[in-house]
Amino acid sequence: MTILVLAEHNNIDIKSSTLNTISAASQIDQDIHVLVTGYECEELAKNISKFEKVSKVYLANNEKLKNPIAENIEPIVVSLANNYSHIMAPATTFGKNIFPRIAVKLDIAQVSDVIKIISSDTFMRPIYAGNAIATVKSNDKIKVVTVRPTSFDPVETSGGKEQVENISFDNDSGSVEFIDREESQSERPELSTARVVISGGRGLQSAENFKLLNEIADKLNAAVGASRAAVDAGYVSNDYQVGQTGKVVVPDLYIAVGISGAIQHLAGMKESKVIVAINKDEEAPIFNVADYGLNADLFEALPQLSSELDKLNTIQQ
Amino acid sequence: MKLLVTVKRVIDYNVQIRVKADGSGVEKDNVKMSMNPPDENAVEEALRIKEAGKADEIIILSVGNDKAQETIRTALAMGADRGIHIKTENDLEPLAISKIISKVAEEEKPSIILMGKQAIDDDSNQTGQMTSALLNWPQATFASKIEIEGQNAIVTREIDEGLERIKVSIPFVASCDLRLNEPRYASLPNIMKAKKKPIDTKDASSLGINIEPRIEQIKVEEPPVRQKGIMVSDVAELVQKLKHEAKVI
Repeated sequence: MTILVLAEHNNIDIKSSTLNTISAASQIDQDIHVLVTGYECEELAKNISKFEKVSKVYLANNEKLKNPIAENIEPIVVSLANNYSHIMAPATTFGKNIFPRIAVKLDIAQVSDVIKIISSDTFMRPIYAGNAIATVKSNDKIKVVTVRPTSFDPVETSGGKEQVENISFDNDSGSVEFIDREESQSERPELSTARVVISGGRGLQSAENFKLLNEIADKLNAAVGASRAAVDAGYVSNDYQVGQTGKVVVPDLYIAVGISGAIQHLAGMKESKVIVAINKDEEAPIFNVADYGLNADLFEALPQLSSELDKLNTIQQ
Repeated sequence: MKLLVTVKRVIDYNVQIRVKADGSGVEKDNVKMSMNPPDENAVEEALRIKEAGKADEIIILSVGNDKAQETIRTALAMGADRGIHIKTENDLEPLAISKIISKVAEEEKPSIILMGKQAIDDDSNQTGQMTSALLNWPQATFASKIEIEGQNAIVTREIDEGLERIKVSIPFVASCDLRLNEPRYASLPNIMKAKKKPIDTKDASSLGINIEPRIEQIKVEEPPVRQKGIMVSDVAELVQKLKHEAKVI
């Protein structure tokens, strides 16, 4: 049994989600191959071949693969599939976009968004936005699986066999043309991997008021997130969204500010190690999952929090 | 130009779901059901494309038991033209559903198939991508904007890093994100009118497609319950607790 993992990257750096996926794969089998599809990414492929548990890297290097067009990546994976017991990718928008195509071309039912591996054919996955957990067994010959990155620790970036093999690509679908990508620029850590996350909800009342969160985020080296209500109200862009239809985060510390705690939002953050809720509505459901609740007006609490953090830093110095 | 929109009947998103005590699934009896929320965005987008004069017919497809007809009626009341109901008593997997949609698409020959990016019950996020691959049509998943320009469409996609734009040729499959649009409510006269719109019903077994499940559901259980913590009296106490008790700052 060998497992194939499809790497998510930007041609220069590997996305941490790939490290989590390799780690999930290693719970099933120790022989793991990684497929890198991209352009001018030989250096990246070489780096991935050094990762713990990775015995071989396949590199499909072509200008047509510079951007992850699902229609172009799918046939590469399908052509390799029969050599593997499992084909795995992170359940990010990258993996979600490509993997069902691979599954259907192989006539296999995909298992999406796995959070725990029970055995080589049995997996746990959240359904109903994490309000129930299903244990499912795949009876297909090859298991096509996407895994939730935050549910698995990343592998070490050393210890691999440093073997890279080039494979050809000559299958441009031609029906899809990449135009552009507008990536959110931020000096702060990435939301899905940050150790501390501070999120704002409708209670923030305006885009302007998110500055109050930014100030605290800077002091805690935190990422800033938002509830769907805040995104829908236009306070911040959609990539800030934590929840069922946004990002699932599992930081050491999650601070929910002016967020009531809709099921939608809880699905994206309730696995956080420590949860703090600041809300002026003492009945807000967010308090039911919070380790520390503060029933207060956020416009008073946030400036106080900011100055308390300053005091802390002064003492540390 | 014809548009095919697929809709799924699911437990209403406002309902707090309950896991059955025997672990066999989720309680669906006497629970409010409604159209899968992103499917409403798909219906709304089809209506807008038609209203802009770029399409002349909207067909609604749903796969499910007799009650699926209610969900089709909801879409017809929003303004779609006719329905197709593929009847089955079983919960089908995305693999089977995508084969059914492809079969219907081969007969109806729509220019665009629209659907929600995922169903809020099984959260698989597969059907659109699978349908696209089966038909060999381009896919535009997680769409938050669809602009039709002649024989192509420019689609803005919501990805983890932000937004991405792609150009796809028609015909294509779009999976719709919640921010694509604001779905309309059906007016009372339109609800009355929808009752007279045709729905063609066929049994899933008559399509000659293997719809047997491939994945066995072993059990369904409640997620681990998080213990409720404590309330702090002020910010100073909060910071002290985070520093000395939780040790996270």
